[in-house]
Amino acid sequence: MKHRYLPTTDQDRKEMLETIGVKSVQELFEDIPESIRFKGVLNVEKQLFEPELIRYMSKLASKNANTQENVSFLGAGVYDHAIPSVVDHVIRRSEFYTAYTPYQPEISQGELQAIFEFQTMISELTGMEVANSSMYDGPTALAEAGLLSAGQTKKKKIIVSKAVHPEARAVIDTYARGQHLSVTEVDTVDGLTDLDKLQSEIDENTACVMIQYPNFFGQLEPLPEIEKLVHEQKAMFVVSSNPLALGRLTPPGEMGADIVVGDCQPFGIPAQFGGPHCGYFAVTKKLMRKVPGRLIGQTTDDEGQRGFVLTLQAREQHIRRDKATSNICSNQALNALASSVAMSALGKEGVRKMAEQNIKKAHYAKAQLKKAGIETVFDGVYFNEFVVKLNGSVKELNRKLIQKGFIGGYDLGRDYPELANHMLIAVTENRTKDEIDAFAEEVGGAQ
Amino acid sequence: MKTTKDQALIFELSEPGRISYSLPELDVPDVDLDEWLPEEFNRKNEPELPEVSELQLMRHYTALSKRNHGVDSGFYPLGSCTMKYNPKINEDVARYPGFAFIHPLQEEETVQGALEMMYNLQQNLVAVTGMDEVTLQPAAGAHGEWTGLMMIRAYHEANGDYNRTKVIVPDSAHGTNPASATVAGFEAVTVKSNEKGLVDLEDLKRVVDGDTAALMLTNPNTLGLFEEQITEMAEIIHNAGGKLYYDGANMNAIMGAARPGDMGFDVVHLNLHKTFTGPHGGGGPGSGPVGVKADLIPYLPKPVLVKEDGAYRFEYDRPQSIGRVKPYYGNFGINVRAYTYIRTMGPEGLKQVSENAVLNANYMMRRLEGAFVLPYKQHCKHEFVISGKNQKKLGVRTLDMAKRLLDFGYHPPTIYFPINVEECMMIEPTETESKETLDEFCDRLLQIAKEVEDNPEIVQEAPHTTVIGRLDETTAARKPILRYQKA
Repeated sequence: MKHRYLPTTDQDRKEMLETIGVKSVQELFEDIPESIRFKGVLNVEKQLFEPELIRYMSKLASKNANTQENVSFLGAGVYDHAIPSVVDHVIRRSEFYTAYTPYQPEISQGELQAIFEFQTMISELTGMEVANSSMYDGPTALAEAGLLSAGQTKKKKIIVSKAVHPEARAVIDTYARGQHLSVTEVDTVDGLTDLDKLQSEIDENTACVMIQYPNFFGQLEPLPEIEKLVHEQKAMFVVSSNPLALGRLTPPGEMGADIVVGDCQPFGIPAQFGGPHCGYFAVTKKLMRKVPGRLIGQTTDDEGQRGFVLTLQAREQHIRRDKATSNICSNQALNALASSVAMSALGKEGVRKMAEQNIKKAHYAKAQLKKAGIETVFDGVYFNEFVVKLNGSVKELNRKLIQKGFIGGYDLGRDYPELANHMLIAVTENRTKDEIDAFAEEVGGAQ
Repeated sequence: MKTTKDQALIFELSEPGRISYSLPELDVPDVDLDEWLPEEFNRKNEPELPEVSELQLMRHYTALSKRNHGVDSGFYPLGSCTMKYNPKINEDVARYPGFAFIHPLQEEETVQGALEMMYNLQQNLVAVTGMDEVTLQPAAGAHGEWTGLMMIRAYHEANGDYNRTKVIVPDSAHGTNPASATVAGFEAVTVKSNEKGLVDLEDLKRVVDGDTAALMLTNPNTLGLFEEQITEMAEIIHNAGGKLYYDGANMNAIMGAARPGDMGFDVVHLNLHKTFTGPHGGGGPGSGPVGVKADLIPYLPKPVLVKEDGAYRFEYDRPQSIGRVKPYYGNFGINVRAYTYIRTMGPEGLKQVSENAVLNANYMMRRLEGAFVLPYKQHCKHEFVISGKNQKKLGVRTLDMAKRLLDFGYHPPTIYFPINVEECMMIEPTETESKETLDEFCDRLLQIAKEVEDNPEIVQEAPHTTVIGRLDETTAARKPILRYQKA
């Protein structure tokens, strides 16, 4: 068949077969035993030509309510933020997106330098000394932090707050089972980790304590107090953090965290139904040689010129094989690039301003909902998310809201039975005062 | 001639007061956050992020992109990585607002198109692999390996079989295989290859016992050779109560020619960023769906996508599931690209892809044998391995020849992998390259082999034309500099 991705002509094929010394391409497949050769036609959907394909895929896409045509108040780990136009222009440069892992540094300096810059930005935001080149996403990065902690402390107990993202906790459970580690979840009180319960759980078998900051309910956990409890027992302090929030909030690195992880989705990465996003992984210098994934380092060439290389590879699976503590190979490099571009475009001032607008708009929204007669719960300090209590089901309300062009908040009852009919609402810098007012009115009116 | 000077870091271009993006002015009542934020949360040391104008930013990243080689820049025969053309329509489709701007926690009735795409993709992958069901949750190949092994472990444990602690991997396997086995709680055991480059059946029989949980295999293997005795191997493993795991890194060789499910494999992962044209992105993101046979379906990660009365929903009530391996539903954006590709090709197209990939590899192999040692003589599949051990005797290593290829605008093949072939070079042309490109590359590599004999210095001192020379990796590892610090 002729196809635009397949350049081999009949004449080419004839010449190539002659060089190989066979009569047909089929001869090259004769090493596949007859009994397992596939005969017939794969039951794959039929070929579509480009105009048909565009129509078909557009139709599928149009069946989804998107956050550009609707006004979204849904967050819970994935946020609707401004994405500077330049981000897509950079990541659509095919020198970046059609390359692979920079194994040949002489022709990969662009990628290597861009990721070196990414590592620097993550170090700056988190207040940590070392950041890697990316992980799949925030939750798998958190799970890997658990594995690192267990390996480092030689202890088997992971403690995780229930104010950590429920899907992240589910991922941690699976990873921990793989390594025969135990996971203990600690309850919350008023939307914050219950410190008394936490203290009673931390013991000499504890590898690490995992806290989210801001937590799943949007609230700020008292990291300095928790840090004391954790380090008293010589466990590792692992904090999962929204990097945008760290543009304005004291970073975990300044509050004694050993490992800081999270997801860079708020910087330049569209929600795209949950992935690909971009995990980050940052540690103290002490843990530098234990970090999972790839690290880029600065060095010089034979003429003394500055250059960048993959480094400390002795940690990684392709060298250590079965002795490796992580099996990660492919990462999220292109999305790390997108986040770097977004952070550079926003810049020092813009990141801070964006974080501040999130705080201010979320607080305005909470006040407007209160005015509209909606009950709010939890009184802690919060970033861009907060919780309201409804009279009825969240699902029902969201069905009404979508009719009015709103994507409502997250149904906390899905993960916390005690929070049935509670909605987690996210308000980013993208929401205008008019949208917030209209949303408060709709939610108030529906109650 | 090296001509390009150092490219400044974006931090070095930074000047206070410059911006390349402006947020709208705040339209809600302002508050003084310094007063309002409790002291402990009020950040004092501001993060040092760049301050550049929009044009400065674009010039910086454009300059970086020019210092990078992608498939669109030139031939990229990196063995085992399937560096084929990344179709542009895939990029367009993945950016449709209905795919790019949808939230994973929206109510299911508002994302039926996304679920339909996922469902169709799963069905197509079922067809290509010959498995019974597919999950799209794993983020990459290694993640898929680990997911598959966790399912195998859950299966054995559900049968009360807690003693199956070993996973067998061939000595030619990719490093992720043994690493995934370890992370899934198994012990990796190596099985040797024979003189034909295939798994040594006698050695396999020796290492298999009641402790065997699974055998992990790539077929064709990392030497590009089809494991002809696969059905015998499957029988050995299954008779011992183990499961057979298929690493789909090399699926590009056999689409429409053979299916892992028919070979006896119980679990399969695919790298959608290899065979199914997800762009490699400079190292990711990928996507690593996993397919299983019927008896492993209960252990699939949850939620599982189901279709009922023409509507799609996620099923969470899966008591035997291994749980979640990733938040949400996998790397959806990459899956959109893969689905777009599959629909661009259709069943005949996919078959043609593998035929051309195998034809290209065999053609190159025959053109290069003679000048290089060909350790395995039989026909290869989509890739092949040659050895530079004769060149090494003349004082030139495979690394040197790889660096010399840079001078001619090529990305070198994979080198020093698989680890069971001395001074090896693993070449995978893919089906999207023309005969002219293959010929030019072979001509250059033959020229380099000649240079090794006549003028070895030019190879030993390569590259000569890149923006930077060979880098001091030892110092990079001994005294790591992993971030920019203001002087």
